[in-house]
Amino acid sequence: MAEEVKTPAPPPPPEGEKKPTAAETPPAAAASAGPAKPAAPAKPAAPAKPAGPVPVPWTSPLVEKYRSQYGSGVDAQTYLGQNYLTVDRSLIPDILRLLRDEEQFEYCVDITAVHYPKREKQFDVVWILYSFPRNERVRVKTQIADGASIASSVSIWPTANWLEREVYDMFGIQFDGHPDLKRILLPDGWKGFPLRKDYGILQQDKEWVQINLGIESGQ
Amino acid sequence: MSDRTSDALNRAPSDVDRSNLDLGTPDKTYLDSNELIINMGPQHPATHGVLRVILKLDGEKVLGTECVIGYLHRGVEKIAENRTYTMFNPYVDRMDYCAAVSNGLGYCEAVEKLMNVEAPARAQYIRVILTELQRIASHQLWLGTHALDIGAMTPLFYTFRDREEILKIFERYCGARLTTHAFRIGGCQYETYAGFEKDVKNFLAFFAPKIDEYEALLTTNRIWLERTKNVGVISGADCIALGVTGPLLRASGVKWDLRKAQPYAAYSEFDFEIPTGVNGDTYDRYMVRMKEMRQSMRIIEQAVSGIPEGPIMGKVPKVIKPPVGEIYHSIEAPKGELGYFIVSDGSTQPYRLRVRPPSFVNLQALDLMVRGLLVADVIAVIGTIDIVLGEVDR
Repeated sequence: MAEEVKTPAPPPPPEGEKKPTAAETPPAAAASAGPAKPAAPAKPAAPAKPAGPVPVPWTSPLVEKYRSQYGSGVDAQTYLGQNYLTVDRSLIPDILRLLRDEEQFEYCVDITAVHYPKREKQFDVVWILYSFPRNERVRVKTQIADGASIASSVSIWPTANWLEREVYDMFGIQFDGHPDLKRILLPDGWKGFPLRKDYGILQQDKEWVQINLGIESGQ
Repeated sequence: MSDRTSDALNRAPSDVDRSNLDLGTPDKTYLDSNELIINMGPQHPATHGVLRVILKLDGEKVLGTECVIGYLHRGVEKIAENRTYTMFNPYVDRMDYCAAVSNGLGYCEAVEKLMNVEAPARAQYIRVILTELQRIASHQLWLGTHALDIGAMTPLFYTFRDREEILKIFERYCGARLTTHAFRIGGCQYETYAGFEKDVKNFLAFFAPKIDEYEALLTTNRIWLERTKNVGVISGADCIALGVTGPLLRASGVKWDLRKAQPYAAYSEFDFEIPTGVNGDTYDRYMVRMKEMRQSMRIIEQAVSGIPEGPIMGKVPKVIKPPVGEIYHSIEAPKGELGYFIVSDGSTQPYRLRVRPPSFVNLQALDLMVRGLLVADVIAVIGTIDIVLGEVDR
């Protein structure tokens, strides 16, 4: 309880990370792959269980191939039996296209984002992919800074159209090359991005509410 | 709202920026009239809630559509970040409120996976029985309203009459009929009531001839065939590209069901088939769902006669505090793949909870499915996609 409740520790910060503050040591150590063991004793705070599972490196021909091709830009891990790749932002279009064309991940299940306001690169963008022939899921993650944009994957999976619009609507992340990036669930003129951590749960665009609904407040 | 409407319609075509709907200068059509842009919804009863579809028409022919959604947006994902895992559990029932039990199953299993615990076998069986009953109830509701949209009124009364029997079982089990909150993280809160098995078996005996009754009304009905055959055709490849799942994907010939592909709960222990269609049209989707109801009955029959003894709650602490990490877990909801992506920071509240709603993603295929059809077919296709706006907008 006492430890990092306040710091929304990014679950497994992929590449070592820059600031190993004392409070963040357990997850950071867990993330630095191989020597994950020391993290286990650091976790008895989680009640009723001996030790939480930790991410382990994910090895597969697919990962080997990307490693040799892109070097340190690609990191692969497994957590609770689920595989994920952490990829540099600049490699995203290539990797996503390769995953579909060569590895048969032809079904893009979901695109979403996570906001870590204390990090330098504030957002994680996450693609969840599925391959029918392999019956396998993989998650692709990348970190981007606030205000930075990321390549749209609409040309790879048409389903990304609405999914990316929702990410834009909720987080304000720009997707380059999206055919029609605009709000989808909130009204067009709304100000603010509700799923950012600095957006309060009771917060609203008062101006929009007053003009469009003719009431003082929506609360 | 009115501003938004007029805004979309009054803007000069040149500065309307829409990917799905190319609103160029209205062309003269062969009818010697201009293309027409009209609104369907958001208050139209046949849009199954508050869905607004902007239609671009050439006479009666649809040239393109754009969906305007979000009227029911409640910020479910934001709420999740501000509630504990346990407190958020009832909220998921309010997304797809026609299949609340399935939503609950997906959420509870996702959190269980994140905590690395498993519900006991008895709870798994109860979950399967209730979830399959819910699938039948959801398909009944779909059939009734879909047939009503197309002009057949009788099925609505039949399906609602029979759905009542399922809701009664839910009510006796957990006290609620619609937003049931039937499961808890780690198992089920309630033991089955005395006579639960008998009620379920009675329902199966009662319902078997009822499906035949529905089919007698529709399957070979000439009007039904005219309205559904070759309407809203979508290929399997298009379904996959657009992320369309559930009965729509199967009706297009792709034999894929998460209950078989990546079994969860106790589904691997039961014997059932995955019905598929060939043409990917509205009629095939109807047939797939009818067959799915029969398969659900098969599953329930096997499950209800073999409920194991034992506890109904796994070893879960009173305070749910999953370790730092993230998980994606999805189930085969009546409408398609329902997924939960949860990021935990080790506290009692999810750091981020994302719902992958089947209705939202499936609705995206509407434009492709209705191009070139008539306005009346748009109604049929909205019905056949089987959307629930509570889930689309969340």
